[in-house]
Amino acid sequence: MFKKILIANRGEIALRVQRACREMGIKSVVVYSEADREAKYVKLADEAVCIGPAASSHSYLNMPAIISTAEVTDAEAIHPGYGFLSENADFAERVEKSGFVFIGPTPDSIRLMGDKVSAKQAMLKSGVPCVPGSEGALPEDPKEIIRIARAIGYPVIVKAAGGGGGRGMRVVHTEAALIHAVQTTRAEAGAAFGNPQVYLEKFLENPRHVEIQVLADGHRNAVWLGERDCSTQRRHQKIIEEAPAPGIARRVIERIGDRCAAACRKIGYRGAGTFEFLYENGEFYFIEMNTRVQVEHPVTELVTGVDIVQLQIRIAAGEKLPFSQRNVQMRGHAIECRINAEDPYRFTPSPGRITLWHAPGGPGVRVDSHVYTNYVVPPNYDSLVGKIIVHGDTREQALARMRSALSETVVEGIQTNIPLHRELLADAQFVAGGTSIHYLEGWLGQRRR
Amino acid sequence: MDLRKLKTLIDLVSESNISELEITEAEGKVRIVKSGAPAIAAAPVVLAAPAAVAPAVPATAPAAATGPAATPAAEAPAAPEGKVVKSPMVGTFYRAATPGGKPFADIGDSVSAGQAICIIEAMKIMNEIESDIDGRVTQILVQNGQAVEFGQPLFVLE
Repeated sequence: MFKKILIANRGEIALRVQRACREMGIKSVVVYSEADREAKYVKLADEAVCIGPAASSHSYLNMPAIISTAEVTDAEAIHPGYGFLSENADFAERVEKSGFVFIGPTPDSIRLMGDKVSAKQAMLKSGVPCVPGSEGALPEDPKEIIRIARAIGYPVIVKAAGGGGGRGMRVVHTEAALIHAVQTTRAEAGAAFGNPQVYLEKFLENPRHVEIQVLADGHRNAVWLGERDCSTQRRHQKIIEEAPAPGIARRVIERIGDRCAAACRKIGYRGAGTFEFLYENGEFYFIEMNTRVQVEHPVTELVTGVDIVQLQIRIAAGEKLPFSQRNVQMRGHAIECRINAEDPYRFTPSPGRITLWHAPGGPGVRVDSHVYTNYVVPPNYDSLVGKIIVHGDTREQALARMRSALSETVVEGIQTNIPLHRELLADAQFVAGGTSIHYLEGWLGQRRR
Repeated sequence: MDLRKLKTLIDLVSESNISELEITEAEGKVRIVKSGAPAIAAAPVVLAAPAAVAPAVPATAPAAATGPAATPAAEAPAAPEGKVVKSPMVGTFYRAATPGGKPFADIGDSVSAGQAICIIEAMKIMNEIESDIDGRVTQILVQNGQAVEFGQPLFVLE
């Protein structure tokens, strides 16, 4: 087992990884930018090293600084968290070439899944159903593009191969708008991702976002740890997640879960990962795979009792998965609310000093947050200040626990989206369950009137 | 004069309204001039900076010393009589280009902006670090072979 791990991230996930290390008796080194000097996990760190100024490009995205820190502190492995360099195959490769273990999949797996076109092709080969679309990247010939779109059927969505996470996409409802949309998306993709390749998919009108958590060791063992429903999104950003997905037959989930585990074995996947699907009319359609731990991993941890971050570390250290698929049980229901430092209805960011932070507690309540009273939320990074996650024996109990937890939570000095969460947890449709990925935006639109 | 005594005197001057103190003893003469004044004193540069002395001096000192004085290098950057050259990267600090080689800059040396003053090794590459200011080296705050982080004070120049 590793003696020392470097945590190459910030915010709540840095604290999460630090906690996993501490429990396992592994020393951790935390890197931080000048803007994060006062972070809780920096203060709690065994070792903390300042790696750069606030700007991400010079700190959390600064590969030489991070690897150099691992060198001077004699760390053995690097945990990349989520975001930043966690899905950067070049970084994973450089980490390995420098003699450290990258806690995650191989650079090849990251590359395969990072390109959304190759990811889809790999999934089709592994028997994982995908959204109907162009078989690969779109050709240049407009006549061909029109033909492909007709075969799929409108509306279609143009997606960048190098995109993902909601970026680099454009919906097209009529043939007249198609070519222009493709050209614009290509240009944007070239600028934003350095890769102008685009592909087409059928645009599903009212799907839900249901994803499957997987874990695979380096010994060809792979399991799926249930599903999560992450349909409550605004501009492709998830704000509430839950497990299990309400109203979907277990048999249907098991079928797709088994396919995902099989795909992991086929491509030689290692570590934690998530297969993301759109679910509509009883069918699952693969959209992309995230080759890292996700923000919403606690939801799965609470319903399965599995510590995903600790297992990431164990797998990276060469251990075998300590259980098989038949040992995986899902018990009860879990819900997570992401707490963002922002205006709850205008969504403008609200960084600054938290003058009072009081977290909820009690049975079935978990709070993953790096903030504390008098902590200053820096303006340089994303607005996530914490996650409130609850577990109950039933979905009703989980909803009641979340309402209770939200009512106890106090954050003063900055704005947060807690008022929005309180309203959503009281919304009849949300409470009934099964709302689509468009529901929240429709709800917000209604609210504005 | 032993270092502990020297440190006590320095702290005394530092914490009082005394601006200049001169002591003559059998072993020699010491003159301590408080910051702000140009360096007239015959005293070697080591006196102007308590921190440079501190590593060799036990932290315990009589009443004159207070908390801040007992923590060495961290205080030095606040010393008004110098400008600080900070590390631009994470790595290992070396005074010279090769082990045992001549250091780029010693205490008392004058350096100009753009002149190499040390090496920071990162990922097997020896990076020559240039001073961004002109001045005379009055303190070297880190040791040869020490790991340094971004923004860590390395040299004090006056």
